This record gives sequence, structure tokens and C-alpha cells, in this order.
Amino acid sequence: MALPRITSPHAHGPNRTQRVMLLVLAAAIPGALAQCWLYGAGTLINLFWASAVALGVEAAALKLRDRPVAFFLRDGSALVTAALLALALPPYAPWWLTLVAVGSAILFGKQLYGGLGQNPFNPAMIGYVVALVSFPVPMTQWPAAHAVGLLDGLQQILGIVTLPDGWARATALDVLKTNRSLTVEELWQNPAFGHFGGMGAEIVNLAFLAGGLFLLHKRLFGWQAPVGMLAGLFVMSLLFWNGSGSDSHGSPLFHLLSGATMLGAFFIVTDPASGATSPRGRLYFGLGVGVLTYVIRAWGGYPDGVAFAVLLMNMAAPTLDYYTRPRTYGHAKTQRGFKAGD
Amino acid sequence: MSVVIIGIGVLLALCLACGAILGFAAVRFRVQGDPVAERINALLPQTQCGQCGYPGCKPYAEAIAGGDRINKCPPGGEATIQALADLLDVEPEPLDAEGGEKPPMVAFIRETECIGCTKCIQACPVDAIVGAARQMHTVIAAECTGCDLCVEPCPVDCIDMIEVGRDLQGWAWERPLPPGRLIASDAERAA
Amino acid sequence: MSMPKLWPMPGGIHPSERKALSNREPIAQPPLPARLIVPLGQHIGVPARPLVGVGAPVLKGQKIAEAADARGLPVHAPTSGTVVAIGPQSYPHASGPPAEAIVIDSDGLDRWVPLAPSGDYRSLSREALLALIRDAGIAGLGGAGFPTAAKLATGSRIATLVINGAECEPYITADDRLMRERARELVAGIEILAHLLGPERVLIGIEDNKPEAIGAVSEAVAGTPFMVVSVPTLYPSGGEKQLIQILTGLEVPSGGLPADIGVLCQNVGTCVAVHDAVLLGRPLISRITTLTGEALQRPMNVEALVGTPIKDLLAFAGLDERRLGRLLVGGPMMGFSLADAAAPVIKTSNCLLAATPEELPAPPPAMPCIRCGDCAEACPASLLPQQLLFYAQGEDHEQLQAHNLFDCIECGACAYVCPSSIPLVQHYRAAKAQLREQADRQARAEQARLRFEARQERLRQAEARKEAERQARAEKAERMRAAQAEAPADDPLARLQAKKAGVGDEVKKLKIEASMAQVALKKAEKQLAAHDTPELQAQVETLRRAAEQARQALDEAQAKQAAEPAATPTAAPDLKKIKIEAAMLRAQIGKLERLELPDNAERAELERLRTALGTAEAQLRALEEQAQPAPAAAPNDDLKRAKIALALKRAELKKAEKTGADDEELAPLRAALVEAEQALHRAEAASGRPAPEHVLIDKRPVSAEERARKTERAYARAELHKLERDPAASPEALVAARERLARAEQALAAQPLDS
Repeated sequence: MALPRITSPHAHGPNRTQRVMLLVLAAAIPGALAQCWLYGAGTLINLFWASAVALGVEAAALKLRDRPVAFFLRDGSALVTAALLALALPPYAPWWLTLVAVGSAILFGKQLYGGLGQNPFNPAMIGYVVALVSFPVPMTQWPAAHAVGLLDGLQQILGIVTLPDGWARATALDVLKTNRSLTVEELWQNPAFGHFGGMGAEIVNLAFLAGGLFLLHKRLFGWQAPVGMLAGLFVMSLLFWNGSGSDSHGSPLFHLLSGATMLGAFFIVTDPASGATSPRGRLYFGLGVGVLTYVIRAWGGYPDGVAFAVLLMNMAAPTLDYYTRPRTYGHAKTQRGFKAGD
Repeated sequence: MSVVIIGIGVLLALCLACGAILGFAAVRFRVQGDPVAERINALLPQTQCGQCGYPGCKPYAEAIAGGDRINKCPPGGEATIQALADLLDVEPEPLDAEGGEKPPMVAFIRETECIGCTKCIQACPVDAIVGAARQMHTVIAAECTGCDLCVEPCPVDCIDMIEVGRDLQGWAWERPLPPGRLIASDAERAA
Repeated sequence: MSMPKLWPMPGGIHPSERKALSNREPIAQPPLPARLIVPLGQHIGVPARPLVGVGAPVLKGQKIAEAADARGLPVHAPTSGTVVAIGPQSYPHASGPPAEAIVIDSDGLDRWVPLAPSGDYRSLSREALLALIRDAGIAGLGGAGFPTAAKLATGSRIATLVINGAECEPYITADDRLMRERARELVAGIEILAHLLGPERVLIGIEDNKPEAIGAVSEAVAGTPFMVVSVPTLYPSGGEKQLIQILTGLEVPSGGLPADIGVLCQNVGTCVAVHDAVLLGRPLISRITTLTGEALQRPMNVEALVGTPIKDLLAFAGLDERRLGRLLVGGPMMGFSLADAAAPVIKTSNCLLAATPEELPAPPPAMPCIRCGDCAEACPASLLPQQLLFYAQGEDHEQLQAHNLFDCIECGACAYVCPSSIPLVQHYRAAKAQLREQADRQARAEQARLRFEARQERLRQAEARKEAERQARAEKAERMRAAQAEAPADDPLARLQAKKAGVGDEVKKLKIEASMAQVALKKAEKQLAAHDTPELQAQVETLRRAAEQARQALDEAQAKQAAEPAATPTAAPDLKKIKIEAAMLRAQIGKLERLELPDNAERAELERLRTALGTAEAQLRALEEQAQPAPAAAPNDDLKRAKIALALKRAELKKAEKTGADDEELAPLRAALVEAEQALHRAEAASGRPAPEHVLIDKRPVSAEERARKTERAYARAELHKLERDPAASPEALVAARERLARAEQALAAQPLDS
């Protein structure tokens, strides 16, 4: 009777990394659908193209690193990075922009650090920021709702033709950022604004919120990080909301439903590898992202600050973990660090 | 001109003040650490086997403190070299020994063959052999460091070095493969 | 039933319970096994010492092994029969090596030894009661098997006695069935423990997934101050520390015992065993074991005798070997897989889980940690498993300790929830073992260092003592020399005069004596002239003789005094003087000889000098011979030489052997060695001087011959053993060595025993 000798526990819970990744992808579907409905097939093309690039770059990097390619490709983490990035990039972004963003995300954001789980920064946000810093113009060209057809979009993506000016337009956050004279009341007349937030963006944000709540229901992550981020953003925007004057930074509701808020809150700050690990640490991590997002939106150089805020907080995550270590059973107080010779 | 003089004067005063503070601090808050040889000695396995070429661990520790190489201790093996490298902040070197790293050993006297010559007792650096002249000797296994210094002097070669085995209570699980380093990788590479 | 307050426990998981598999049937009695294997060590500590030999008949409940130390436990025969073997047998342990055990073939009669129940334990002293529990071999039946008496003998004041009936591990229902069926015995056992410890309160913690057990125990405790507490089902609430936290809100300090916070925890099974031991007089020879898993046709609970082979029990429960994927002792969370079903049930075997591969699938390959933190949320000890993994992989021992690795209870909750299927517990176990080993090594190194330094100090002191003695001797010698040298040093003439004076004194004394003798003689002659009696004649004769002697003595002394100045005072200066004289003569002769044309006078002088030199040399030789010590040391020198020769020969032979010389070259060397040995023996015999330690130590005097023979035999035996161990040894050499040994033994045997 040759029985396997395995250490306990012999039973194993149902959770698997692959399942986590697939659930995240599933939860992103409402957001993707909302974007497709608003902007046409651009998002879809982005998704497919980004996934292909991600898988290709991941496979090549694994091969170079002499790691089992198929085993790691199956974990689905590259697809999640690609999907999040594709949803964050403007639809109809030129193909090379997506290539650069996804390629940097996988290569510099993840594989160079040692692959899955080893990355200190959120790979999608690395890709996004590389693209944003390098190519600011195409990165801010969000199309107007229902403005671009499939064929035009495809041609635009492939760079065959350049669409006439006016297909793209500034987002609500852009408008708010560049606003000097108009009061908010007047701004809401701008087609960039919708009912509560940015035109279109509010719908997309609500869709991401729905997906995020689904993940929360599935207990894929704790409530701490998303709640922390939304609370941080809400409190900041409430504190600095000085009505509807021309120097206003926008209402709390506006901030919650504009830009990449919900995508960030439920799909980015919940990334376990690059965030804090303790529940309390995650709350602080989320709060930090929320506060920084508002700071960048209100006083920074970019209209949206989720990506920068996440990267900055990624850097702070080890410190947060260090200061939020739980008190171990049987110990009078939390032990921090160690003294040599202890 | 007076500006230059004032400047030099101020800098000079500053230098003196700072120097005085530093000097005071160096004397007043002096950190009393163990002498480095003591700390090195604490890392050595204390088998006192002399395989390093020194008569015992402490002399070797003193030699290391004096600049000798850190890779001469076969009983300590890589772990000791690593610890020494960490302590002295130098690069770890491969072990400098013919047989390489040896598992922990313990001396065993085949008692029927012992003629009671006491040579091994005199050779043992930690007094781990008991016996008297013309009486059978035996090794206190718990105290034996496995230095094998007793093997050579024995005129009837009745001392064996036995590898220290693990019993049930000393048994432990091995470290599993690190995550991601898996059998599948071998399979893939072979394919 | 008033519900006491419950405290929350951090972490925890809800694995599927699968308890319904085995908790429906009452506890069964399996058939008596034909052969039982009773391990001597069933818990941490030194194994027990057997009290019976192979072939001894034993009765059920008879003590067959005694505890080896104060913390050990005795072992009892689980049934009547015959001891057929004592030695290494398979043992239920994850690693599989055998352990010492007594094997008993059952006689099928199951006859008890006469039992001595103590009817009124309340009249017993605390010590007597503890001894009773210890003698019954009772160990904690919950998991680790810690000796119960040792646990109860804690010095601390116990405020709360916690009875652990939580049984949080999936599949296991042994305690569940026990509480349902033996609640009365359980409560009686708890009463004994309460009597021993005198706690303020007794809490019986039972998970709320066992309503029948809660009901049965609640009914049984009616009328006692004990409290049954239903605790929420959450793995691992049955861990000692966790249950204490849930029931009392107190935490067992890290590295401490529950007794440190005034709590003591005992498993329900242990309480029943205490009841059996104290009130029935029965030692612990059986336990309730759950047989479960989908590979069994009839999962159930049995009362298994300790020592029953696991495969017998599995067969009783209808094991389908084809469906068996993994055989576990214990539950799926903390049990260990067993490779050998021949191993016996021991006191801690609470469950045998025969799982199908579908039930407990092989773990998938581990993925990298994505730091999801699920493990940290599941950890009941509030550790950070992901950080511990990180440091365990990097072997960062300091950080592992800083992150409280040793507070990990290895419950497996972290590995259960890990989405990357990382065998976290195995990482921690390996790291703990490594840390323990390191600490052990360090302790040993420290011990070796102390011993080494103590030895160095001892040697140094011995050396210093010797040196001091040497110095003292040298000083003494110096003083004596100085004392001797003192007088002659200042004036040789004075010494001579003193000597002369001495001689003069003597002569004077003799003169007085002689004259007194003369006077007496004269007086006597006068009397003789007056009265001629024979008496007086004799007296005169005597006196005359005496006077004659006195005069003679005086004459001699005077003659000696005259000769004295010519003679040199001592021999040593004589030697020196003659040496100097000879040297001077030699020099003069040399000088004369170098003259090219010596005249007659010179030639005559030379001749005279040569004669003088000849005399001086002869004198010198004579003196030197006299001065030399007795040549008694000669045999000792021989002995020493023989010893050196032997050592040289041996070294030569060893060298040749090392360089790989063949037998032809070695043979003469060996012969030479044997010869040298014999020479040594001869020399030893000739010296006739036994080794100094010989005199001191050998109580029975051994003749030199006998010793030589014995040594020869020892050498012969050593050589033979050496050759036998050497796989490359030639058969001829072996034969030769055997012959040598035989000869040596014959020689020894031929010697009369009384010599």
C-alpha cells in the first residue's frame, strides 16, 4: 500500500488563484459592457488586443526566465492585468499605445520583479502611467458617447486614418481641471457632464461598482481597501467642496462617479500582491489612495489621479504592514521589527 | 577682508565645537560590544577539532579576527561560513576542506577492543571520554563534539565515528518546494 | 442552563464537517486482535522500560513497562496473552521508522489482573491520587498525549477547569459518541479532577454541532456545579489555547502553560480514563477511536485496545483497499498520513481516516504567494502566515522569531484557505525544526566551549602545579648547595683548620681516656698487691686490656692526624682535581712533544710526565666508576628502546598501509611489528618493574608474563577485528590474524589460573 506522505492539512478549501482571477474577470464584465454600449467596439478591441499582448509578453518573459510557461499562463493573472488596463485606456487608443502599456505592465510591472506575487507595484497601473507620461495626448482622448463607428474605430486604432477633430473630447474631470471662470452650475451644461458625474463615466462607474459588490459578496477580498478608498475620496471632496463656484473641485458624488474611481476602488486597490496585507493595513491603504486621488485631481497636474495614487501607496504598503501587524495570541503587545541578538 | 577673517573664525569655532561634541559623545556614549574574536567564537561550532589548523575554536576565532579566512571550519560548514560572512560583512567563500561538509558525528569506542590505554582520553578536547588506565573507556555521546581527535591516537583502532541519526522525536518535515518551483517545470524542461 | 459569556476567537475556518459519516452508530467493540503491538513510548519523553521478558505470560491490565523517568508513564498489557517480542516495531508516525514496543500474542481469554479500585478517593491524599492516575498510564487523549498526572501536578492555583469536548476537527466523532454514551462516567471523572484541583468553576466546552452530546452531558451534570457551554462551531476552537480563549477570554502566554493563567484543560476522554482508573482500578489500555472515511464500508467508533494493529480495525470497518487514497491518523486538518497500516493504535490515536482520492485529493502544485492575506484572516493565533512563509523560504531565522513562528499551533487553517495551495504548515514545521536544531547546536557548542575551556584551565593548573613543584625542588636544591658551599666558600684554610681541630679534639679525648685507663689500672694493681683475690686479678686484666686499647686508639689517631693533610677531603673535588691535573699533564706533554729537538733532560721530563698522566688517568677512571650510579637502569632502557622500536614499526606499517602497499610489502613489516611487540614483552618481563599505575590500580596482582599474554591477545583481537571490518582484507591475512588470536588465547589458557 503505497500511500502518499503529505503533511497536514489534508483537506483544502475551494479557493484557488485561478478561480480568483476568473472571478475578477467576470466582475469586470458589467463595466466592459457599459463601456462598449457607450463608446462602441473600441473597448472590446482594446480588450482582445491587450489580452493577446499580455499573454505573448508573459509567455516570452517566462520562457526567458526558464519558468514553466503553460503553468503560469493558466493562472490568469496576465489576463486580469490586460483587462484592467484595456478598461482604463481610452477606447480607440492606437494599437501601439496599448502594446506599450500592456507590454510595460507585464514586463516591467511584473515579470522583472519575479512574476506573480512578487510585484511591489500594481502592473496595470505601471502600464497606465508609462503610457500616460509618455503619450499624454492619445491617453486623454476619450471619445464622445456613441460617436465612433466600428470601421472608423478600427482604422483609428490601426492608425490608417486619423479621425476628424471632434470625435474625441475632454472628460468631465478635464473640463473641471481646466476650468477658470465657469461656475459648476454652468459646467453641468457642458456635454461632458452627465447626471451626477462625467457623462458616460457615471454609468461605467456604476457598472464597476456592481461588479465590485459581486466580488465583495464572493468574499474575494475584504471590504477594507475599497471602503477605505471611497471614504478617503468622499471625505476629502466633502472637506474641500466649496459649493459650486468656479474654483470648486467638484462635489463628493461627482468624484465618486467620475474617472476611474470605481475601477480603482474594486479592481485596483484590491490587488493583494502590491497592497497591504493586514485588514487594518488595507483600510489605511485604501484611505491613502482615496486621499491622494483627490489631491491629484484637485491640485495636481493630471485630471485623474487614481493610477498615481495607487503607485504611491504601493510604495507605502510594506510600512503600513509593518505598523499594522496584529497582536499575536499570547503576546502582551504587538512586537515590531526585531533587535539583533534578541 | 574682515569678512573673510570673521568667516574663517566662525568656521573654526564651529569645527572646534562640533569636534568637542563628537569627542565627548565618543567617550560618553561608547558602545561596549564584545570583542570581535568573542563574537566569532560564538558562531563557531566549538567542536575543538583543529581541522582549521588551529588548536581549538577560540584560537581560530582570534585568527579570523586577525584576518584569516573564514572558510576553514568543516564541522560548521556553509552555515557557519554564512554566519561569519554576515558578522564580518565579507563575501562568503566555499568551504576549504577535502571532505567537504560532514554530517554531525559522534565517537564510539568498541568496548571489547579497548585496551585501556587512556590515549583517547588525553586527546579529547572536551573530556567526553571516561575510563581509567587498563579499564575500558567509553564516550559520553551527549558531550562528544565529533571532532575525531581521539581516533588517531588509539593504538588498537577501536574508535569509530558514527553519524548522528535522528530518532522519532528528532524527526522533522523537510522544507517543501518553494511555490512555483514545481515538478511541472522539470517535466516541461524535459519535454 | 445559564449561558456564560463567550469570547470571540480570531480567525478560524469552516471546513466541511463530515461527522455524520461516523456518529450515527454506538461505540462498537472490535474483535480481540491476535497480536498487539504496544509501543513503549507513546508521548514526548523517554520510552518506558520493559518489566517483562519475551515468553512471559501477561494478564490484561498488568503493568508491562515502567516509566523511565518522573515524567514518563508506565505501559499496561491491553489483553492477556504471551509476550512474543520486545524490539523495534512499526509505529504510527508520519516518518515511518519503527519504535521500541512489546508484542503480545493474545490468548483470547482477555483475563484481567485483580483490580484494586479505590472506593473513596476523597480520603486519598493528593499525592496518592496523582500516583494512581500516573500508574494507570493516563495521557491526554485529545492530541499530544501529555502525561495527565504531570499536567495535574502543576504548582499553580487553578481557578478554571476547562473540559474540552469541542472536537472541532472534521470527521472525528470519538468524543461526541463518548459524551453521548458515557456522560455519567465523564462527570464522575470531572469530579475527581475537581477534587484534585479545587477550581472555582468547571466549564465543559462542546461545539454546537453536537446537540446530542450537549444534551447528554447537561443531563449528567445536573446537581453539580459544572457548567456545560455550547461553543460555536469553528475550526480550531477545540485547540487548548483557543477553547480557553473562547470560554474565559484569557490567553495562554506565549511559551507558557494554561496553568500560568490559572486554567487547566482536559479532554473528555481523559476524564473518563481518570474515572476508570480511580473508581474501577483499570489502567488506560483502550480508547475510543473513530474509523471513518469513504473508503470504509462501515464507518463507526470503536473502543480499540491500545496496540491493536490499524489494519485490523480498518478490516473490521470494511476497508475497500481499491478506493483508499490516503490513510490518516487523526483528522484531515492535523492528522498525519500513515504509510504502514501494520502500526498499532496508541493512546493518542483518536481517528483513523481512510479517505478516497476524491475525498482528499492530492494537493495541486503550489503557486506563488499573491499575498492575498486569507491566511492571516484564518489564523487563530493572529500570525501573519504570508510573512512567515516569506521568511521561512529565505531562512531568515531572526525574522521568523520576530514574527512569532513558535506561536503557530499548526492547525492548518492557513494552508486550508490558501488559494495558491502552498503547504504553509510544512514550511513552518521545517522552519521550526531548523530553528530548534540551530538552538540545540548552539547549546551544544556552548556546552563544548565550556568543557573545552574547563579542560584548558585544568591542564593549565596542572602544568602550573608541576612548574611550581619543579621550582620548589630547584629552590631546595639551590638552598642545599648554598648551605654546603657557605663554609668553604669564605675560607678553605679555616675549614682545614677546623678539621684539624676536630682531629686534635679526638686525639685529646683519646689521650684523656688512655691516661684515665692507666690511672685505674695502677689503682687496681695496688689493690691487687694488697689483697690477692681472683676477682681483683680478673679486674686488673680487664683494665689492662682497656688501657692497652686506649693507647692503641690514641696511637692510631695520632698517626691519622699526621697523615691527614695529605688526603683530600671528599671524592668529588678529587675527581675534579685529578681531571685538572690530567689535563695539565696532557698539555705539558703536548707542549714537550711539539719540541723539535728535545734534549735529554726534556726527554726524561716527558717520560716522567707520561707516567704521571698514566697514573692520573687510571685514578680518574677508578674514581669515575665509583661516582657512577648503579647500573640498575639498564633493563629500563631496554624497555624504553623496545617501546620506541614498536612505535616506529607500527608507524611504518601504518604508513605502508596508508600508501596502499600490497600484502607482500606489508608482510615483513607486520612480522617486524610482531617481533617488536615480542621484544617489548621480553623487555617488560626483564625489567621486572611493573608500571607504576599497575601497582595502584590492579587489585589482583598480574604477573608480567600474564600481562604480556593478555596484551598479545588484545592486539591479536584488534588486528582480527580490523581485518574483518576491512572489505579489502585478504583472506590470508584474516587466517593469519585468526591463528594469532588462537595462539594468544591458548597461551593465556595454558597459564595456570591462580598465577
